[in-house]
Amino acid sequence: MSALLEVSNLRKSYGDKLVLDDVSLTVQQHDVICLIGSSGSGKSTLLRCLNLLEDIDDGVIAFNGGEISDPRIDARDVRKQIGMVFQAYNLFPHLSVLDNCTLAPRRVHGVRRPEAEARALELLERFGLADQATKHPDKLSGGQQQRAALVRALCTNPTLLLLDEITAALDPELVGDVLSIVRSEAEAGMTMVIATHEMGFAREVASSVCFLDNGRILEQGAPDQIFTAPREERTREFLRRVL
Amino acid sequence: MSPSSSDRGVSWTPSDRELERARARRSIHQRGVVLSTVVTVVVLAALVVGVTSAPGWDRFREFFLSWPDAKAAFPDIAKGFWINVKMFLIAEPLILLLGGLVAITRGSVSPWLTPARFLAVIYTDLFRGVPTILVVYVLALGIPTLQLQGMTTSLFWLGTIALVLSYGAYVAEVIRSGIESIHPSQVASAEALGLSRTQTMRFVVLPQGVRRVVPPLLNDFVSLQKDTALVGTVAVFESLYVAADYGNYNFNFTPFLVTAAFFVALTVPLARITDWLGRRAMERERGSR
Repeated sequence: MSALLEVSNLRKSYGDKLVLDDVSLTVQQHDVICLIGSSGSGKSTLLRCLNLLEDIDDGVIAFNGGEISDPRIDARDVRKQIGMVFQAYNLFPHLSVLDNCTLAPRRVHGVRRPEAEARALELLERFGLADQATKHPDKLSGGQQQRAALVRALCTNPTLLLLDEITAALDPELVGDVLSIVRSEAEAGMTMVIATHEMGFAREVASSVCFLDNGRILEQGAPDQIFTAPREERTREFLRRVL
Repeated sequence: MSPSSSDRGVSWTPSDRELERARARRSIHQRGVVLSTVVTVVVLAALVVGVTSAPGWDRFREFFLSWPDAKAAFPDIAKGFWINVKMFLIAEPLILLLGGLVAITRGSVSPWLTPARFLAVIYTDLFRGVPTILVVYVLALGIPTLQLQGMTTSLFWLGTIALVLSYGAYVAEVIRSGIESIHPSQVASAEALGLSRTQTMRFVVLPQGVRRVVPPLLNDFVSLQKDTALVGTVAVFESLYVAADYGNYNFNFTPFLVTAAFFVALTVPLARITDWLGRRAMERERGSR
């Protein structure tokens, strides 16, 4: 079976600044890829490139066997199948939590309101947010907001989930709640690419860990290998500082 | 293995796939340009044909598109239009000031300012409710009748004051909506830094709020530029009054179109400048992408 997502020789720059340099990455179905590395190493940009929020300068991104970096492709068709969660939650403040969750299913996927709401409520229930469904996002705590954002991304049944440092803005107590959702999704077989600073979590759930440095994937390997016996000096140095 | 970071950016040559994509992007772009050109030409042609083939087109040309009349009326209209411009230039800063003060007053919490808040509410309710032309009449005809000591009887000034009062109420509400659109977290972080309520308003809330409502503010100011013509109804010789005057004497209405051209020539550049200012501010804050 071919890979779900295949990135080859990806290059991305903002003006003179090269953000991604010759990045290649293969994601198989049910893989959980964790991207680690210091801020500014290109983790977020890589994720944004994957669901076409950024134009790329060079390289090829193939998803489900087709090239999605082709300018003639309809980005919306790609994004329909990919869920994304942002560091700053990015919930829509003018909609209730439930409406945040049902917006895309109803407007993009053509699901009727009762079914969309039933699915959203089921997920909200599972993640302990059932009593928050009718509230607006600003009334929720950070951890609750981020869980709601995860539910919003899951409501469309994506085949690939992109998580961009989703616990970076949360206090440690709340990080656990959010990560347990991600963990259960990983166990259920969801394919995910996760940019994270939670090394313990990465080690636990990742099927593969990529260390990004200065826009390159400097090293990729099984979590045990990366965290115990990194090949690159730069990786060792990074891990020494964060662990 | 990896090239040094200094020559990383320079040494890049696009791959064949990228070149192919660039070609595809160009052709998509070109198709867009061709389509927009065709659509524009077709719509404009249809409009021109539609208007010129109207049964009364020849009479219309005679009454509204007479070049000699346009030339004859031009100097007086230009002189009249200068009055419009003066009125507008004087009124606009006053309106911003009045509108801003009223908006801030309505958002204040100090118990000392309760009567001011009360007044501000009455003012906006009243002057937004009354048609501008009525305010002009009441001021221009009523104030001189009162024979107040030291009060001007110049119709130009009374008309300008009427515009300021009327538009001040609109602008106050626009600015207030801008102030209220700023997220409470901004106020919280300003107060956390130790800023007073006034400082918070002045340095944090107002700059963001006003920027957000620049398009509707511009809308009001374009509207104001046009409404300076209302002062013509109390016999101030501004451009519309001049044009009507010419039409009544010479039975030709071309000067109306000349006046219209003057107004458009004033408002269009203003709109472009505001767009440009807004875009520049946005790029500074969010990066130019």
